[in-house]
Amino acid sequence: MQRYSGFSLVKHALSHHENWQRHWRNPTPKKRYDVIIVGGGGHGLATAYYLAKEFGVTNVAVVEKGWLGGGNTARNTTIVRSNYLWDEAAQLYNHSLDLWKGLSQDLNYNVMFSQRGVLNLAHTLQDMRDVQRRVNANRLNGIDSEVVTPEQIKEIEPALDTSKRARYPIMGASWQKSAGVARHDAVAWGFARGADALGVDLLQNTEVTGFKIRDGQIHGVHTNRGDIEAQTVGCVAAGNSGVLAKMAGIKLPLESHPLQALVSEPLKPILNTVTMSNHVHGYVSQSDKGDLVIGAGIDGYLGYGQRGSYPTIEHTLQAIVEMFPMFSRVRMNRQWGGIVDTCPDACPILSKTQVKGLYFNCGWGTGGFKATPGSGHVFAASLAKGEMHPIAAPFSIDRFHTGALIDEHGAAGVAH
Amino acid sequence: MTQSNRLNQGGRIDRSRRLSFTFNGQQYMGFAGDTLASALLANGVDIVNRSFKYSRPRGITAAGPEEPNAIVQLGASEAAQVPNVRATQQALYDGLVARGTNGWPNVQRDVMSWVGKLGGGFMPPGFYYKTFMAPASMWMTYEKFIRKGAGLGRAPTEADPDIYDHFNQHCDVLVIGAGPAGLAAALSAARAGARVILCDEQEEMGGSLLDSREAIDGAPASAWAEQVVSELAGLANVTLLPRTTANGYHDHNFVTLHERRTEHLADTAAGAGREGEVRARLHRVRAGRVVLASGSHERPLVYANNDVPGNLVAGAISVYIRRYGVVPGQRLVLSTNNDHAYRAALDWQEAGREVVAVVDSRAKPDGDLVKQARDAGIRVITGSAVMEATGSQRVSGAKVVAIDTERFVVTGKVETLECDTIASSGGYSPVVHLASHTGKRPQWRDDLLGFVPGEFKGMHVAGGAHGVYALGEALADGAGVGAEAARAAGFKEAAAIAVPDVAVRHESPISALYQVPHEKPPLRAPKQFVDLQNDVTAAAVELATREGFESIEHVKRYTALGFGTDQGKLGNINGMAIAARCLNRSIPEVGTTVFRPNYTPVSFGAIVGRHCRELFDPERYTALHQWHVENGAEFEDVGQWKRPWYFPQKRRAGGQERLETMHEAVARECLAVRRGVGILDASTLGKIDIQGPDAREFLGRVYTNKWAKLAPGRVRYGLMCKDDGMLMDDGTTSCLAENHFLMTTTTGGAAGVLEWLELWHQTEWPELQVYFNSVTDHWATMTVTGPDARKLMSEVTDIDLDREQFKFMDWKEGKVAGVPARVFRISFTGELAFEINVQANYAMHVWKALFAHGEKYDLTPYGTETMHVLRAEKGLIIAGQDTDGSVTPEDLGMHWAVGYDKPFSWIGQRALTRPDTAREDRKQLVGLKPKDPKVVLEEGAQIVLDPEQKIPMTMMGHVTSSYYSPVLESGFALAVLKGGRNRMGETVYLPMSDGSVHQAEVVSTVFIDPKGERQNV
Ligand SMILES: Cc1cc2nc3c(=O)[nH]c(=O)nc-3n(C[C@H](O)[C@H](O)[C@H](O)COP(=O)(O)OP(=O)(O)OC[C@H]3O[C@@H](n4cnc5c(N)ncnc54)[C@H](O)[C@@H]3O)c2cc1C
Repeated sequence: MQRYSGFSLVKHALSHHENWQRHWRNPTPKKRYDVIIVGGGGHGLATAYYLAKEFGVTNVAVVEKGWLGGGNTARNTTIVRSNYLWDEAAQLYNHSLDLWKGLSQDLNYNVMFSQRGVLNLAHTLQDMRDVQRRVNANRLNGIDSEVVTPEQIKEIEPALDTSKRARYPIMGASWQKSAGVARHDAVAWGFARGADALGVDLLQNTEVTGFKIRDGQIHGVHTNRGDIEAQTVGCVAAGNSGVLAKMAGIKLPLESHPLQALVSEPLKPILNTVTMSNHVHGYVSQSDKGDLVIGAGIDGYLGYGQRGSYPTIEHTLQAIVEMFPMFSRVRMNRQWGGIVDTCPDACPILSKTQVKGLYFNCGWGTGGFKATPGSGHVFAASLAKGEMHPIAAPFSIDRFHTGALIDEHGAAGVAH
Repeated sequence: MTQSNRLNQGGRIDRSRRLSFTFNGQQYMGFAGDTLASALLANGVDIVNRSFKYSRPRGITAAGPEEPNAIVQLGASEAAQVPNVRATQQALYDGLVARGTNGWPNVQRDVMSWVGKLGGGFMPPGFYYKTFMAPASMWMTYEKFIRKGAGLGRAPTEADPDIYDHFNQHCDVLVIGAGPAGLAAALSAARAGARVILCDEQEEMGGSLLDSREAIDGAPASAWAEQVVSELAGLANVTLLPRTTANGYHDHNFVTLHERRTEHLADTAAGAGREGEVRARLHRVRAGRVVLASGSHERPLVYANNDVPGNLVAGAISVYIRRYGVVPGQRLVLSTNNDHAYRAALDWQEAGREVVAVVDSRAKPDGDLVKQARDAGIRVITGSAVMEATGSQRVSGAKVVAIDTERFVVTGKVETLECDTIASSGGYSPVVHLASHTGKRPQWRDDLLGFVPGEFKGMHVAGGAHGVYALGEALADGAGVGAEAARAAGFKEAAAIAVPDVAVRHESPISALYQVPHEKPPLRAPKQFVDLQNDVTAAAVELATREGFESIEHVKRYTALGFGTDQGKLGNINGMAIAARCLNRSIPEVGTTVFRPNYTPVSFGAIVGRHCRELFDPERYTALHQWHVENGAEFEDVGQWKRPWYFPQKRRAGGQERLETMHEAVARECLAVRRGVGILDASTLGKIDIQGPDAREFLGRVYTNKWAKLAPGRVRYGLMCKDDGMLMDDGTTSCLAENHFLMTTTTGGAAGVLEWLELWHQTEWPELQVYFNSVTDHWATMTVTGPDARKLMSEVTDIDLDREQFKFMDWKEGKVAGVPARVFRISFTGELAFEINVQANYAMHVWKALFAHGEKYDLTPYGTETMHVLRAEKGLIIAGQDTDGSVTPEDLGMHWAVGYDKPFSWIGQRALTRPDTAREDRKQLVGLKPKDPKVVLEEGAQIVLDPEQKIPMTMMGHVTSSYYSPVLESGFALAVLKGGRNRMGETVYLPMSDGSVHQAEVVSTVFIDPKGERQNV
């Protein structure tokens, strides 16, 4: 793999950039692989990368129906944080946060992980109780997290209206300083380039249309480019997971909803951090390009249309202007939507299935971007060893039978 | 400054109204009818901005929404700032203040341009992914500089002085775009009687007719536009919306129109003399049929240094000359691959300026306009193109060369023509953006060299928007499509208007040319810009494809092509064509990226409408609110309600008067209830009236406990679970009659519970005959509670209050203070309590009567905080505070409220038998008594068993409610704790953020009156 650095940039500039190599090959599918990953989003690519890098499994194909990273990876608002309430979730997301910290260097690709911090605002007494509870739990789990007062909030994010004028004045917030945002495309590309360099075949425009299952064991997948064989298949298809599961005769407790986001036109720096409010219901950060990146909740209905309804956009901006009255004259540039796979307990599924060798990694819903490296890492470990990694184990499908749910609804804030 | 580029006559401006404006600190004059762009060009302002990556000087390029460069910061005052306004779309008004969004110290002499010049070579696309990685700790510092350099304009730092609103509209036919096709379509539909909305983003309706050289019925085309607009204006079934952009096309013909009402007049509505009026209005239109007549955008050609000020798209030249009487230069070279662009040269020459040459990429162009140009003595160079512009602050010449478009090479010697303006035209792209919003992919047409909208139910396309360009054809197309849309909307008789007379023009066909080949290989040639706003060059697109980015979405994301505020209106097709060339594919194979709303940017305020400030979310007040205010209550937000939190009273101490602290007020209120009598306004509790023969059955299915035997006159406490067996809400439900119940819910849960009931009824059990009605606002609820409650009540009611006649959990009808009332003997304090429900209009009267009689008992109003303390002392939970969606009735020790033996399944039943829900060591509700009675534990504090354990610590549960009890003279708390019921008497630890660790004993949840005798006195 061609190493990237400031020095290499200078070198290539002298040859008019004519000698840069491809980020990844465009291989033709082999007949057989050791492991097939279905879904070339961030999670799928990360899984392939760690399989090859950490577990020596390099005969791997990532099968992607469109272009790499073109699903929710390309559509999300990139908030990365780990201040989750329950131990199991906290461990998973914090494992991921740890990987984020060295990811650019590990991949030799700048994913622009920017630790600008996240404020989760509290506007009612109950909000404050929830914030305190979560911060206390985070602290004892070793996650950096603190309760901040309106005065401290004003210092962290001066553009916020912390006055009593607001309909729901800000009473406080939780503050995770090590949280932040990253460049979503770069994450997909970095993992893809890394995986390719280690021998993984990235098969774009290749859609899985069915599974080869015999005697309760997976033997491969059917695709629009022919059959591909493998004894281990991991499905990492986000909003389409339910569709894939159905092909394997499996029912997952998932609902696929549109989730929308929008950006303003690019502005000179005005926001320092990520601000999220569950109660007023919106969140915002500013990208390096200068756009205000804004989102809120899912659209209530189910669908695969990758478009949401306009009232959601209206409500979201109402919340933003309520929190930041100075943004009223700022202008909205674009909106878009993705399809998120939501679980009843707002936690993901990382699990074996009734089909031997067939694994699912899904249910990340509105908040899986932050988990990309962690999810990929523990899923790769599970695929390589045939046993779920201890961090992944609590997230098995079984929990919906036993009732051992990990309910992050209450404490997840606007769940991103 | 003089308006050096202004013609003495011509154009649609009003020369009698002179307007003064400021750009980059310098004052200029323009005329009414100008845009900011035309006024700047009139004044000879070449450089309006600096590009964001390379800091190159940039001038005005286009005349409409596709303008990539002239992005300005508008506004004279801080509060009125608007970032990123396109000068081409901003009407000039007196006193307008604008500046370029980039460039320091100014756009003429910009320091950053040196960085761009020297460093440009080190900034290929995606360079930031390849560097700034070492050392890792430095990224945040690098990023700070990157952020400073990015962004265009700036947000205001003060709140918006203006207001906005929404209109919901229906129409039979919505026509988007008022050019020839749109006007004809609107007229056909309108004459048939259809309700028509016609919108156009420009100041004036008419579109291309306003700068046309052609005649309609023997008169100037603009005259026909005026005549049609005036006819439409006179029709009652037509709504004309100029200055209104269709910004989003959503499912089922829902279109958002953004109308600018005062932005063309002044910075603010007040400044425009329209105090109190809205700055902008969002029309949410549900249209029977949509006619998309949005025309086309001209594509510039991609050649070296095509960004130097003085490079314009050809059509813009005609617009500036014919509409604004402005010629933006002296000597013109036109580079084109089609006939239509020749207009620019003819207009230029007729304005008295020199056309140096027309450079046509076609070998033998022979259309009427070409002939006209030749006849006018204009030099036409064929088979060639402008390969490169020279000059830095303004075009100084055009390097022209013969080219072979097939082989993508130059074939002749370069000739340099001296000029100050280069116009280019690479053909026309139908405006397919809105149609793309629907999710329908546009289709490539080889004959047009452009994409046309895909088919979408309910949508019709007319004119240039699907490549019908010639004036006569566009008029006929519009007339027919308008009638077709009206017929589809139910106006069966609708017929196309008679198409006016337009001379047919012979045109020679366009030939494909996007990027002009250069003498040097693409990566070595001077910069050839594709997307000017984002500084994306042809080399960048080529490099992206070399680096393996083969999907057009990847190319776009890697290079930032089309990511600007113009969403690639000028550059996208050129970019795709270049990518196609590099990948050796055709343009349709490369495919398009998806256009998304908005078509052009919209102020947040306009989307928010009135739903901000005090109208962001309604505040709900009880019927007694005024009394609470007058009696000094502090309020708490609960759901949308304002509830009295506590009633601080004045205290005298040392001759000083002061208000009680919350702690003092709550202690006083608590003691009043425990020792005398208190009163609470409980009106906010959700109340749902449930009726129908199956009402009882329904209750049995949504509550965990049994309802079969609850007799009229009786009340029961009920628990409601989600299907996962976790508590969702609780409250009492009273049997009013055999088929009639009144359910109460928590204040915050009211709407959610009603929705829940409806959901289950409508989707799962539609066979049950039962009806729900929210009656929360209809009834006011007053809780009179304390040992003296009966004495006080007996003075104001005719109801028999005898403890045997009116038992705990009974309700009775009667009069209270002369008003019909329902009185319930339920208690949330553990004391004797009567909940009085009266029609809300009577509430104040009853409340005041209670206080009149209550004086001798020292009747004390109390708020939510005291209510919380009193119920917690009794171990009564608050759903949502002591529970969080992971707590079962069993966890709460409420086995008694679960009807396991009910004969049918109820919501949550199955879940409650799952192994994990049936586990013994789940988190269970317990009481905690801090070892130090002065300590009030923090709500949300986590419980551990071993305070010495290293992080991560094993957390066993947390404090859900915690207060100081004036009766116990100690802090006390409720908590959930793993296996809590088996840990009575054990000591647990609560490590706090300040490093301290509290100790507490696990105790029963009932701190006062464990036998429950006090409520039964
Ligand atoms: C608007 C929005 C905002 C969000 N904001 C945040 C946020 O701020 N923070 C956060 O942490 N998370 C956020 N998320 C959630 C996050 O984007 C997702 O949880 C995460 O990207 C899922 O990652 P993935 O790589 O598994 O999914 P994807 O990127 O969607 O990848 C799944 C891939 O599977 C492919 N696929 C599907 N079916 C098949 C098939 N049959 N054959 C082959 N390939 C197939 C798809 O084409 C797709 O590329 C947001 C999501 C959205 C939509």
